[in-house]
Formats: sequence, C-alpha cells, structure tokens
Amino acid sequence: MEIKVCGPGCASCDKTQKIVEAAVAAQGVEATISKVTDFQEMAKLGIFSTPAVVIDGEVKSVGNVPKQTEVEGWLKS
Amino acid sequence: MEPMKPMKSCADDGDCCSLNNDTNNKKINVRQVSLGLLGLALWYVVYKQLLPFSHFFSYGLLGMEKGSHLGEAIQFFVYDTPKVMMLLTLIVFVVGMLRSFFTQERTRKFLAGKRETAGNVMAALLGIVTPFCSCSAVPLFLGFVQAGVPLGVTFSFLIAAPMVNEIALVLLYGLLGWKVAAIYLGTGLAIAMVAGWVIGRLKLEHLIEDWVQELRAGEAVVIEEKLSWAERIDRGREAVRDIVGKVWIYVVAGIGVGALIHGYVPEDFMASVMGKDAWWSVPVAVVVGIPMYSNAAGIVPVVEALLGKGAALGTVLAFMMSVIALSLPEMVILRKVLKPRLIAVFIAVVGGGILFTGFLFNLII
Repeated sequence: MEIKVCGPGCASCDKTQKIVEAAVAAQGVEATISKVTDFQEMAKLGIFSTPAVVIDGEVKSVGNVPKQTEVEGWLKS
Repeated sequence: MEPMKPMKSCADDGDCCSLNNDTNNKKINVRQVSLGLLGLALWYVVYKQLLPFSHFFSYGLLGMEKGSHLGEAIQFFVYDTPKVMMLLTLIVFVVGMLRSFFTQERTRKFLAGKRETAGNVMAALLGIVTPFCSCSAVPLFLGFVQAGVPLGVTFSFLIAAPMVNEIALVLLYGLLGWKVAAIYLGTGLAIAMVAGWVIGRLKLEHLIEDWVQELRAGEAVVIEEKLSWAERIDRGREAVRDIVGKVWIYVVAGIGVGALIHGYVPEDFMASVMGKDAWWSVPVAVVVGIPMYSNAAGIVPVVEALLGKGAALGTVLAFMMSVIALSLPEMVILRKVLKPRLIAVFIAVVGGGILFTGFLFNLII
C-alpha cells in the first residue's frame, strides 16, 4: 500500500502524518508513507487544499486533519 | 438556524438520508442548546465579575495603592488577561463551528461563477469565515485559478482572509471597544475589495507562474463531508483547543507589555512619535510592519497600550494591518505561484490601501 500525505509542512500536516503513521501501526498493514510538499505535484493529484491523504492514488481526504479511526477505515478497505 | 445540508452530494450519490439525520440532529439539539445556553449564562456571570475582582485583587488583597505605577500595571494585567482569554475562547468556538459550513471547496465553487466587483465583495466577506492559514495560501490560490475564479477576486480573498481575523476583532472589541473593532472590520474589508478589484483591472494574469496556467485543464478532487451538529460542535471545541492553546502565550505576553506601558510610560509619550501631527509616522508604521510577523493575538494588546499613550488611531491601525496582512513569509510562499512583479503589485496596492486608511483616520478622528 502506498500512502501519500500532502502538505507544505505546517502544524496540521505534521499532525496528519502522525495520525496516518499511528493508524498504519495499529492496523499492522504494510505501507510506505511518503510526504508530498511540492505544490505542483499536489495539483496534479487534484489537491487544492491541505492537508490531504492519498492512498494508492485515491484521494481520501482534503483540507482537514482526519481522525485516526477514519484512516484505519480506509486502510481496511 | 437550519443545518446547512450538503444537498448536492446527497442528490448525486442517491443515498439521501437527510430525513433520518434531521430527526437525530434535533434530539441532540435540544439537549445541547440548553447546555450551551447554560454555559453562555455562566460565562457571562463570570465575565461581569472580572473588573471588580481585579480591583479587589490588586488594591484589596495585595494592598497596592490606587494610581501607583505597579498597582495600575497589576490591575490591568489581572483584568485583561482573563477577559481576553474568555472572549477568545467563546469566539473561537463559535467561529470554529461556523467554519464547518464554509469549506474552501464550497467557497471556491461559489466564487467560480462570480463576475468581478460582486465577486470582490463576496470574496472579501467569505475571507472572514472560510478556514485559512498562511501555509494553505498556495494550494488555495491554485484551486481558485483552476476553478476559473478571476485573479482580482482571488486576491480579494487572499487579502481579507488573514487581515479580517476573528481573533484580532475579538481582541480589539475586548480591549478598545466596538467602535475600533468595527472600523477595523470595515476598512479591512474595504481594502480587500478595492485592492482585489484594482489588481483585476490591471489584467496581470500573465504574471502568474507558467506551470499554474497549465493547470486549468485538471480536475479538483472534492470530498463533501456530511457533518452532524454534534460533529460541528466538536469542530468548535477542536478549534478552541488548537487556537487558544497556541495563542494564549502571545496574549499573556502582549498584555504583559501592555500592562507595563499602561503603568509606567508617561501619558503623552507616544504623541510626538506616533501622534496625529507626525504625518510621516503612517508610512513608517507600514514599512516597519511588513517584515514583522506576529499573529493578531500578540499585536493587539501592544496596540492598545500605544493608543492609550497618545498614539493616533490611524497610525496604529496602519501598523497593525501591515503586520498582519503584509507578511514576508506569505510573500515567500506566494513566490512559488506568482512572478515577482505581481507580488510587488500586490504589496503596493495593499500597502497603498493601508496608507490611505491610516491617513484617513488620523484626519477624521
């Protein structure tokens, strides 16, 4: 599984990153988590507000910090 | 107020369950509204006790002499700190809840169909209630461009969003009264509208970085959230924890500085430097304000102290607007999407608006 956390590096982006890491650990799934800080790359993914979470190319959340239970739900499906 | 339902997405994906949701929401509403009202009443009672308490604490309990430097400073601090914190908590909660209705996606969609002028006005107003932080300025800008929002309208939003800041408004109201708060709100909106309109008139679309221009073909991903009232209240609570947790230290520090000036600096000390007669103080205030980057919470108590010591309102307003609206870090971030000339135009137009405001208020008040 490939997870991308998009954000320029503000407080909410860091929070999102930590939540995603915690969710991956809690679910015990194999996943690579990478950070996207380049606006051009985000725009290509169709993301115009941050933070955003992309799992396997699918945008799961934009513009808000997701809850850990939410992220765990995405990991299961 | 009726809950604003995400009508469109409901109709789109077919599983419309708004009926169920509504009855659910109403059940929560009755309990939570009564709890909320109780909390508000309690808040008000405590709020009203702050002034007598500060007098009791400084002059009674500590035995300070009324009118002494230290006594005045302590009373000011003991009164203002809880007062500002209480106002801040209340407003941040309300705005946090309100913001769950105004997502950036909705604002973008709404502004995309607007023409200039009307669009400038709407964008400035939406700038107040749409969630925004300076680190999301670039994606937001890209989204606006991509959705076809006119450049001038986009700028109206980008100017109003940081400048007309609910925290600044609360602090101005709490510390300086509703008139100053209203003047700030009015002129802030006016500058955002006019500056955005001017930038739109100048037809500077070619000064957007080239890679941004190519975006227009792309498609924005929009995920509509369906929020219940309980979740919206949660958002308000989160906002309080987030924002008040972050800015309280600035508030206390700001009021501390204010208290020192209040108690120790002679009454008309500022009049010669920042008074009405010193016309040059307005441009100096604007220029000094640009590299300074403070959030609104930290700057307002200082503003209060300056005003109290004879600084002119126009000069102080110009300084405050410059600090908040023209920030160097935001310029650096915006450089990624704007060519330097457009940034220069942006600074010039907004700076000009602030100068005008400063001179205007020094002249009429």
